[in-house]
Amino acid sequence: MKWLSRLFMKRHNWSIPYFIFLLIFVVLPLVLIFIYAFQDAEGNFTLRNFTKFITHAEAANTFVYSIGVAIITTILCILLGYPAAYILSNNELCRSKVMVVLFILPMWINILVRTLATVALFDFMRLPLGEGALIFGMVYNFLPFMIYPIYNTMQKMDHSYIEAAQDLGASPMKVFTKVMLPLSMPGVMSGIMMVFMPTISTFAIAELLTMNNIKLFGTTIQENINNGMWNYGAALSLIMLVIIFATDLFSDSDEERASNEGGII
Amino acid sequence: MKRFFAQAYLWLLLAMLYAPILIIAIFSFTEAKVLGNWTGFSTKLYTSLFSGGVHHSLLSAIENTFIIAIIAATLSTILGSVAAIGIYNLRAHKKMVMNTLNNIPMLNPDIITGISLFLLFVSLGITQGYTTVILAHVTFCTPYVVLCVITRLQQMNPNIYEAALDLGATPYQALRKVIIPEIKPGMISGFILAFTLSIDDFAVTIFTIGTGGLETLSTYIYADARKGGLTPELRPLSTIIFVTVLVLLIIINVRSARAKKRKEATL
Repeated sequence: MKWLSRLFMKRHNWSIPYFIFLLIFVVLPLVLIFIYAFQDAEGNFTLRNFTKFITHAEAANTFVYSIGVAIITTILCILLGYPAAYILSNNELCRSKVMVVLFILPMWINILVRTLATVALFDFMRLPLGEGALIFGMVYNFLPFMIYPIYNTMQKMDHSYIEAAQDLGASPMKVFTKVMLPLSMPGVMSGIMMVFMPTISTFAIAELLTMNNIKLFGTTIQENINNGMWNYGAALSLIMLVIIFATDLFSDSDEERASNEGGII
Repeated sequence: MKRFFAQAYLWLLLAMLYAPILIIAIFSFTEAKVLGNWTGFSTKLYTSLFSGGVHHSLLSAIENTFIIAIIAATLSTILGSVAAIGIYNLRAHKKMVMNTLNNIPMLNPDIITGISLFLLFVSLGITQGYTTVILAHVTFCTPYVVLCVITRLQQMNPNIYEAALDLGATPYQALRKVIIPEIKPGMISGFILAFTLSIDDFAVTIFTIGTGGLETLSTYIYADARKGGLTPELRPLSTIIFVTVLVLLIIINVRSARAKKRKEATL
């Protein structure tokens, strides 16, 4: 007891409980994915889970298709979200801060409720559920996650750069491409992370939006886990982790993203 | 003119974002079982939501969601605040290790967090239920609390703590009288963030909830939607959730805007 109280007298030791917690609930589970991925059901080492993925047309097709959907969703979110973030951060074009709240508000609604609402909208307008609904639903679900980080970077941007460019005779187009766009790039990058990642990893949403007709990679993983194919599911999860790690390296703005998320409230 | 187009664009986007929710809200005021049929104005769905006219399972799912969110948010706030004080006082190298570890759950997609925890629980032979869901929620909520609290610590003047010690306060007193008041706003926003994340979660919950019949709102909606027939009472429920969140967020933002203005005025 005494050594325990002495241990916690030093305040840097206060991180120990959380360190142990992280080891058990974050590091160990990830190691388990890795172990399961390279084992067969009996626990012997095997690469069969990965060869199955490559040779099994359905899983591989779903994988490629999901990446396609994620890329389209991300591009649409940038095209729709960037102008919106620009207008929101511009005091001349948008004076009310309530607008910003209105744009980030949907982030707080349960994703399933939002998806069901989309299904309801398509039903109501007598539109068929399918690919179109899937893309609309994804954009609808993740657009706020694109607008918010871009808005945030533009908000923090030093506006004297823009004024300087204007004073030095740059055309509005030049000001945008040479000053505005490069300066807002960190926001776009974290926006890409926040849209691409969830789009590629969602399950359930695609199921609901397409009446089970289109499967995304996330759904495939979930089905395998649910059906007791833990090893194959773990291998697929590992493949997804690699993709995400690659996007992560590409965007390289974790800190920005973390501080954006932490600062929403 | 430019301003007009900009405003028009924003409203158009907002219309797209809110159309689905609006449809749900409108059709929560009619009795029809199938959404899209208007059978006249009625508040029957609202009364049946609260009078227990619905399946008991929906009400218990709502209850579970809130119990889990409160427990998970409280545990994450305690664990995260203690950890933040610890991490803040660590040396550079160890601090970096802790920050990296802390970032992992935030960067991991939900499905990976869910599956990895699922594998952990089945490997250890733990029966999944209330406890595993709460542990899972604490796992993905705590990093956000750590971030919120550590930001406050970084803004704090470190000399105040030293001064308290010099003036004869015990480390415990200095902690209670100096550090805790300083990090309190961070703890509160961390708690709120953890609470909303927990209520909102679906992907992690579904993998850690087990097959014992425990349901949260998310898993209930999912199971319900898969069966094809949506419980009509979900319409008023979604509407209520939406309006509550809208009002809360507007209040928070107006208050912080006012506080900011007041601060600027006094400076």
